[in-house]
Amino acid sequence: MRRSLLAAGAALMLAAGPAMAQQKPIKIGFVSTFSGPVALIGNDMRNSFELALDHMGRKMAGRPVEVIYEDDGFKPEVGKQKTEKLIESDKVDFISGYIWSNVLLASIKPVVDSKTMMVIANAGASQVAGELCSPYVFSTSWQNDQTPEAMGMYMNQKGVKSVFLIGPNYAAGKDMLEGVSHTFKGQIVGKELTTWPAQLDFSAELSKAKAANPEAIFVFYPGKAGVQFLAQYAQAGLKGKIPLFTAFTIDETSLPLQKELALGVPGAQEWVNDLPNEANKKFVADYLAKYPGHRPSFYGAQSYDAANLIASAVAATKGELSDKEALRKAMEKADFKSVRGNFKFGNNHIPIQNFYLQDVVQDAKGDFVLKTVATIVENYQDASHTKCPMK
Amino acid sequence: MTLFIEQCLNGLQFGLLLFLLAAGLTLVFGIMDLVNLAHGSLYMIGAYFAATFAAWTGSFVLGALLALAATLLVGMAVEVIAMRRLYGRDHLDHVLGTFGLILFFDEAVRLIWGPEGLSLPLPPWLNTPVQILPGFQYSAYRLAIIVVTLAVAGFLYVLVMRTRIGMLIRAGASNREMVGALGVNIKLLYTLVFGLGAALAGLAGLMQAPILTVQIGMGENILIIAFVITVIGGIGSIRGAFIAALLVGFVDTLGRAFFPDLLRLVLSPNAAATAAPALSSMLIYLVMAIVLVVRPEGLFPAVRK
Amino acid sequence: MSGALTIRNSVVFVLLAALALLPLYVGLGGNIFVLTLFTRIVILAMAAVSLNLILGYGGMMSFGHAAYLGIGGYAVGILAHEGIYSGFAQWPVALFASALFALVIGALSLRTRGVYFIMITLAFAQMAYYIVAGLARYGGDDGLTIYKRSQFFEPVNLSNKVQFYYLCLTLLFGATYLVYRLVNSRFGMVIQGARSNELRMRAIGFPTYRYRLVCFVIAGTLCGLAGALLGNHTDFVSPSMMYWTRSGDLIIMVVLGGMGSVVGPLIGAVALLVLEELLSGITEYWQIILGPLLLLVVLFARGGIDGLLAKAGAKGQP
Repeated sequence: MRRSLLAAGAALMLAAGPAMAQQKPIKIGFVSTFSGPVALIGNDMRNSFELALDHMGRKMAGRPVEVIYEDDGFKPEVGKQKTEKLIESDKVDFISGYIWSNVLLASIKPVVDSKTMMVIANAGASQVAGELCSPYVFSTSWQNDQTPEAMGMYMNQKGVKSVFLIGPNYAAGKDMLEGVSHTFKGQIVGKELTTWPAQLDFSAELSKAKAANPEAIFVFYPGKAGVQFLAQYAQAGLKGKIPLFTAFTIDETSLPLQKELALGVPGAQEWVNDLPNEANKKFVADYLAKYPGHRPSFYGAQSYDAANLIASAVAATKGELSDKEALRKAMEKADFKSVRGNFKFGNNHIPIQNFYLQDVVQDAKGDFVLKTVATIVENYQDASHTKCPMK
Repeated sequence: MTLFIEQCLNGLQFGLLLFLLAAGLTLVFGIMDLVNLAHGSLYMIGAYFAATFAAWTGSFVLGALLALAATLLVGMAVEVIAMRRLYGRDHLDHVLGTFGLILFFDEAVRLIWGPEGLSLPLPPWLNTPVQILPGFQYSAYRLAIIVVTLAVAGFLYVLVMRTRIGMLIRAGASNREMVGALGVNIKLLYTLVFGLGAALAGLAGLMQAPILTVQIGMGENILIIAFVITVIGGIGSIRGAFIAALLVGFVDTLGRAFFPDLLRLVLSPNAAATAAPALSSMLIYLVMAIVLVVRPEGLFPAVRK
Repeated sequence: MSGALTIRNSVVFVLLAALALLPLYVGLGGNIFVLTLFTRIVILAMAAVSLNLILGYGGMMSFGHAAYLGIGGYAVGILAHEGIYSGFAQWPVALFASALFALVIGALSLRTRGVYFIMITLAFAQMAYYIVAGLARYGGDDGLTIYKRSQFFEPVNLSNKVQFYYLCLTLLFGATYLVYRLVNSRFGMVIQGARSNELRMRAIGFPTYRYRLVCFVIAGTLCGLAGALLGNHTDFVSPSMMYWTRSGDLIIMVVLGGMGSVVGPLIGAVALLVLEELLSGITEYWQIILGPLLLLVVLFARGGIDGLLAKAGAKGQP
């Protein structure tokens, strides 16, 4: 909407000559989902990104920052089209966002071909951490395997002997269920992949899980599907009978809808709201202040980090973005204060980080909140980094 | 064994819900000879109204009743404003015109309710499992759906078979011109029939809402299935729609539940896991193709002149 | 065609000239994105022109035409995924697969009429959609990225945007000309006659079923070619290319442009997609205008834009 005006403005500035280059805005494209039931996630990411920009005075290295948000409508081909539009028509300097692994995989080729710097704020497709890694692609999130691998480790710690896996049938869903089997030492008695995103009725899968009689069920359903799953899990009479272990199913965006259905259901995460470092405290406090009634989720935390990562690189190159090599080196340094505490990239530009276990409890006011109960593993690197040819 | 019973109940529930949708479609098709692609939009509107009214009144049941009334009104308004002009035209015109209505409704809903969608939570008394057989629990809500839809089916049966209006409907389905020639107020009849179809679609939408979700475009996917049922059952025949809907409900649910296991016998687990949902979705189209090849007018076509 | 300098003919001529000269405009400092946009428009126009052959002229309302876009696209995608990049291998496969699919579903569907024909073509297209979505090896629902475009002889490089645009444009003009020759031949007479009164055509002695089947296959094959182009253009194929609502989009292009002439669908494709691009820049809710607009076109402007132009020109003529 504002695009054509912004483009005209940018063109005017270009025409004004190189002396004006310092004032030329830095353009960042942000592709996420802002429609449909998962718009909650996209909004959280946008809110957090905007908060980060507020915190840096909306300038990087003295240049004003402009963000163009595009909606991928939850569809890979739309995400790809929007990505191409941002690169070709809006000529963005950086591109960020991407909730879904399939949208990411569809969109990555035009980014790499055009040598645009990309900071993925959520999607963790294993291929991007492995054979598809690129000097221009960075992630402030994780690789899809990592979180379920951490969950597998936790289930081992808890002495769980058998598990039934349920998840959606797309790139991330398959990665997640695979990830559990990497570390879990017990028996996997069943695995069900559901049609995504159309299928929100899990009665068939829950019936099968019940029939297989496992010690635990592991589930991955981001967004609204997570709400539906927990509701149907309770309706099927499984709550209290077979414990549930999750990844990315319960978070601050879905918890307000899940409420007591999520009580006592553990989830693994690389960022948790009560991490004790300064940057995180400021992020959470200011988010609550700016968006009352909403708590930031890990999606938001990752987007906040993405904005700061970009800012740190721009600062290091003093706003000069044309030398891609220098920019890449600056990005790799990751010289910024992450809300995760220490932040370090592996050779494949995926973070090496801790994973924590979160539980859902009811606080004094009766609200349902997430609480960190343990650190599952520290400085964990993803398994795909060996497949990436970069050093 | 309980797994099988549970899947059968799920299939029954799904089939009955589809029947609600297909009944309205086949009525409108049979009596007004109107192909209405926007039927799915009425399904969506029913769900949106229910979510909104339930939130306002705090009661699920009250919200549902208000939503039914609202969808009925919207249906009748659509009939008067748009559908009337399409009667008697080519089916292509119907398809295009109502496709345009789908676009309009999707955007209108987005304008009024925003792009994120809504949710319709169940009241606690419906949100519990019920013991049907020893050791076998089933969701109370799904049981409620089965009961309500059977009641509605019964009501439709009584309406169509035992009342004067029903007689007019049946007559209109077999011979439209004659009914008009006999001096019946065709315009009013059409409006009422369309409204009834809309209310049925809205009911299906709002009942499905707590299980699935209330979002824009939710009608498009299920519309196709409703059309498939209409074609299998025979256009204009409610009885046909009932049988076909149950058939489709069972085939689809049991297919999704057990087909993947069958596939795993021949394919690797990963390939089976990906192929299964896709192929089981295909089953109902296969059924329709077979029916059309064997009996092109459907299983129970209403008598046409 | 009667007197050459009618309003309608002028508009068509200007449109075709503009399409031919577009790369020059882009080269002179216009936005490269315009070229990308119009390449897509040209490819979809080709699909719409092929659809009009069976829809407008043949009266066969197929709701599964987008399936051929998918088949053509996936032929390129699957072969590229397996390491076969030569266009000389990929494109014939795309054409052959589309023709075969059209032959099979045409043979079965053309035995039905009216709304049943609509439903059965829809069903077959959905079946194709679900089969493709079930192919785990080729991405399934997530789609398949094409890392290298179809390769031909040395100077031909499909990754060059201008070259690719002119290739698509040439194929569009070729397809349109082919359709033009077909409908103005005896074959075309039979098809159109069968649309208005099949009984009479059969009584005269024409095996209408066979003629229609051939027509159906030709339309499907042309659309398959468009699919191969589309796959190359987006460097990506996904099952959603074949979903029934995409067939609906193609039908809208044909009807909006005008079913009565060969270039009508071309006008429709350009109009619809340009409108979409412009309107979405103004408001997010542009489809709220498109919906009723379609209904109005159906009710009052049956001949589409082309029809309106022809009427405007005909005002001064006896």
